[in-house]
Amino acid sequence: MTGGEGARKLIALGAIWAALLLAPYWMPPLGGYTALGTRVLVLGLAAMSVNFLLGFTGVLSFGHAAYFGLGAYGAGLALKFLAPSTPLSLICGMLVGGIAGAILGALIVRRRGVYFAMVTIAFGQVFYYIAFQWSPVTGGDDGLRGFSRRPLDFGAFSIDILSNAESFYYFVLFCFALAAAAMGFVLRSPFGRTMIAIRENERRARFLGIPVERHIWIAFTLSCFFIGFAGALYALLNNFADPKGLHYSQSGDFVIMAVMGGMRSFWGPLLGAAVFVILQDYLSSITVNWMSFIGLLFVFVVLFFPRGLLGAIRRKVQA
Amino acid sequence: MTTPPFSYRPDRRTVLKGTAAAGLVQVTAPFIIQARGEAPLRIGMIDPLTGVYAAPAQNEVTGAKLAVDQMNAKGGILGRPVELLVEDSANDVGTGVQKARKLIERDQVTFLIGDVNSGIAQAIAQVTNEKKVLHIVSGGHTDTITGKDCKWNVYRVCNTTRMEANSVSDLLFNKYGKKWHFVTPDYAFGHTLQGALDANLKRLGGTVTGNELTPLGTTDFSAYLIKARAANPDVLLLLVQGSDMINCLKQIVQFGIDKQIHVAGTQQELESLEGLPPEARIGIWMFEWYWKQAGVPNVAEFVAEIRKRNGGKVPTARHWFGYTSAMTFALVANREKSVDSLQLARALGDFELPPEVKLQPNKCYYRKGDHQLMTSAFIGEAVSNGKDDPEDLFRVDNVVPGDKTSPAETETGCALQWPA
Amino acid sequence: MTQLLLFNVTNGLIIGAFYVLMALGLSLILNLSNVINFAHGGFLVVGGYIAYTITPYLGFWGALLVAPPLTAVLGLAIERALIRPLYGRDPLYSLLLTFGLAFIFEDMTRFIWGAQGLPVTIPAFLARPLSSEFFFITGYRLFMVGMVIVSVTLLFVLLRYTRLGIRIRAGTLDLETVSALGVNVRMLRSLNFAVGIFLAGLSGVLAAGQLGLEPTMGAGLLMPSFIAIIVGGVGSLTGTLLGGLLIGVASGVTAVYFPSASEAVMYVLMAVVLLIRPRGLLGEEGMLT
Repeated sequence: MTGGEGARKLIALGAIWAALLLAPYWMPPLGGYTALGTRVLVLGLAAMSVNFLLGFTGVLSFGHAAYFGLGAYGAGLALKFLAPSTPLSLICGMLVGGIAGAILGALIVRRRGVYFAMVTIAFGQVFYYIAFQWSPVTGGDDGLRGFSRRPLDFGAFSIDILSNAESFYYFVLFCFALAAAAMGFVLRSPFGRTMIAIRENERRARFLGIPVERHIWIAFTLSCFFIGFAGALYALLNNFADPKGLHYSQSGDFVIMAVMGGMRSFWGPLLGAAVFVILQDYLSSITVNWMSFIGLLFVFVVLFFPRGLLGAIRRKVQA
Repeated sequence: MTTPPFSYRPDRRTVLKGTAAAGLVQVTAPFIIQARGEAPLRIGMIDPLTGVYAAPAQNEVTGAKLAVDQMNAKGGILGRPVELLVEDSANDVGTGVQKARKLIERDQVTFLIGDVNSGIAQAIAQVTNEKKVLHIVSGGHTDTITGKDCKWNVYRVCNTTRMEANSVSDLLFNKYGKKWHFVTPDYAFGHTLQGALDANLKRLGGTVTGNELTPLGTTDFSAYLIKARAANPDVLLLLVQGSDMINCLKQIVQFGIDKQIHVAGTQQELESLEGLPPEARIGIWMFEWYWKQAGVPNVAEFVAEIRKRNGGKVPTARHWFGYTSAMTFALVANREKSVDSLQLARALGDFELPPEVKLQPNKCYYRKGDHQLMTSAFIGEAVSNGKDDPEDLFRVDNVVPGDKTSPAETETGCALQWPA
Repeated sequence: MTQLLLFNVTNGLIIGAFYVLMALGLSLILNLSNVINFAHGGFLVVGGYIAYTITPYLGFWGALLVAPPLTAVLGLAIERALIRPLYGRDPLYSLLLTFGLAFIFEDMTRFIWGAQGLPVTIPAFLARPLSSEFFFITGYRLFMVGMVIVSVTLLFVLLRYTRLGIRIRAGTLDLETVSALGVNVRMLRSLNFAVGIFLAGLSGVLAAGQLGLEPTMGAGLLMPSFIAIIVGGVGSLTGTLLGGLLIGVASGVTAVYFPSASEAVMYVLMAVVLLIRPRGLLGEEGMLT
């Protein structure tokens, strides 16, 4: 990394964080609202978790929303039946998503490419179906209700994240920062480098003695922990968990966010999530046919921006 | 990953430009319209305009739009023009909650209507309760909305499942017999409806020969119908709705089951009857509102107005739900000369709807104790082909007032908590 | 009880036959082009709606004859314009593209034909059951099974004895060599896609007669096709055939004992197969891994 490039990266990082920290202030004048920003953060984290596998390991999981949804149910069930504690619900959600990922990952790591994708979709749907059918626990199609995020009690003072949209946004931003830091840490570590090696040339990695299947399994599990965490945050955002969050169409949304923002970049999925969420929110208010436009967006991105927005920008900068 | 050369690009660009232009036209038009107007009052409406409930949802919106046009023609609410802001919940709770926040925080709506999907309606109710916005649930039927989970700022227009069950139970028992078999959709609506019918049947002294729980979206009911036929009940009650209802009825008729067992149910909708082939339009049902009511004032005018906006088709109960929800706001706000949620919420208790809104022969009012609209049940039988009108597919035999079908306020489990 | 069981097994076979028709089209496209056609359900629905639109002019039989080829033409157009650029790339992209197409299909059918369910009338003589004993086997269901048998037979004849079929089969095993042997691979892929979509369109017309038409019905029929392919084994059409029938029967049998689990059992079956025999019942090792 040259000095110039390093400085550029720091400036970019600073710009991103400045934008995120000041969001509740610059969003409303532009026609946005704080809850929208919170949603971008949560779904952006989910997209980044998917990209952990997709962009950095080269593994296409199209059923990742299952672990997202499991995280949401985990958080909701914890709040409902365990203890009215927000941090506990987050941990529970993360654990449920992660452990499910660990178990299922072990079953499917031998497959690759299209077959792997199909199997992840099918397994994801199994969880969707369980959430849909197991009404006594999950509430079935009506979803899990009757819980809400609790104020954070620090003894001396408490932060009301329930009714105060700004407080909740900053809480989510804090959680997002933690997760992003953890993700970045893993990606910079030797393990992360190995993941990229596997993505670039799996056979060569294998010849180098790298236990490819085990690495993929670990990457899969880690990404499920992250996305489970995102799912828990989603449950807190809505005060609700429902089967829709597990459906493969939700997975598809995460993947397109990652692709649209730029799979090769760490922050790409967050950008993709921002564009997708804001566009969807905007379009669905304007026209009933927003689904066609979103579908066209998918087609458009795939055909013309396979490297995503950040990829296109990067190419322009480097040219 | 290498990307191949885009040899098609020149042609694509023009196509894309065309698409972008078309999209832009769709997008800018509303802004041009919104530019005028002085301090309008906004009513928000959230409904699943895409997804499986799109048809009833779109009908609700049409009804609400008619109401807004009519109230604006009469001077709006307290002299202010009324704007209806419609958002698509896409049958997804997250989106519904998001849109609720958007409508309340960003668009500053004074009132909110929604959702057809009970689960989403309840999630939205949590938001409106938190933000203290008056909210009318137009089409979500689950009992708890005006029961265990009732809220001071939430009122509901459509029937509860208990009301629906009570409206037909005695009739079916006396007319058809005591052995009932159920085909129940496996979600809250189905469970509570079947539970209420079950309780009524036991009270009357009948027996349940079986309860087939069918997953939502079941297309093939043959397995369940095989079992139902084997159980040999007096009457087969279909509690499924929408496309499930259509498929189930079609298969019942195809299998000839209706020749041996009577077919009935509770809630039936004109949308479903129209989606059926004529030979499958059978059974005794209850409608929440029906368009052909000879001798009842104002109904014909409403039907004519909706026909103009609905491609010549008559209004269904859904149109009426949307219409009534929106009109209620105008009526109560103009009467109380205020738009304060708390004041209006109190004023709506025992509020009676005038003839031009209730569009039914019986008294129609919002009950104070649980905020449920005491609307009538139209009991009758499906008709294969309309006599005078191709859409007259239901013969109404009896219109039972809401307070006769509804359990007492004390029995609903509702305990309203008003803010201090 | 045994009568109930027998009824449900037969019923399951009938349902399975329908799944087979859908899954075969999906499988064809997957095997040769490595494309998971998420829009397959959308093509099915479009086929059904086209049939609905044609029926007033050509009648049920005319619609049955004309709608599938029309759908196939639509498929050809889409393949040529949108999917062809993606063949060399990561399968991720065709997945995302067809995923987006599915959205567009659902929204456009709702836009053009309305959100309300449309009734589809089938010829009266088909609507009657076989006998009062076998009341659940209506003429139409038998007709559907018949159509499936005819289509599957024709498909296998096509693949076995025609030049196109041989090339498709060869291409599934080794596309590079086929290309080196001078076959126009682009044309091959297009035609293969068209055949797959033809089957989807046909499924749509048949489904419309059975279920009526609704813009959202495609998505629900896509999943069983996936499972049929995974259970039967990716890369094997016979496997898909078996897979479809198997999940149909499993669903039917479960409906006797645990009705609400009759859909879940398909997923359980898939999970079991993946655990015990990951390549599927008749799948070939190394196929698309």
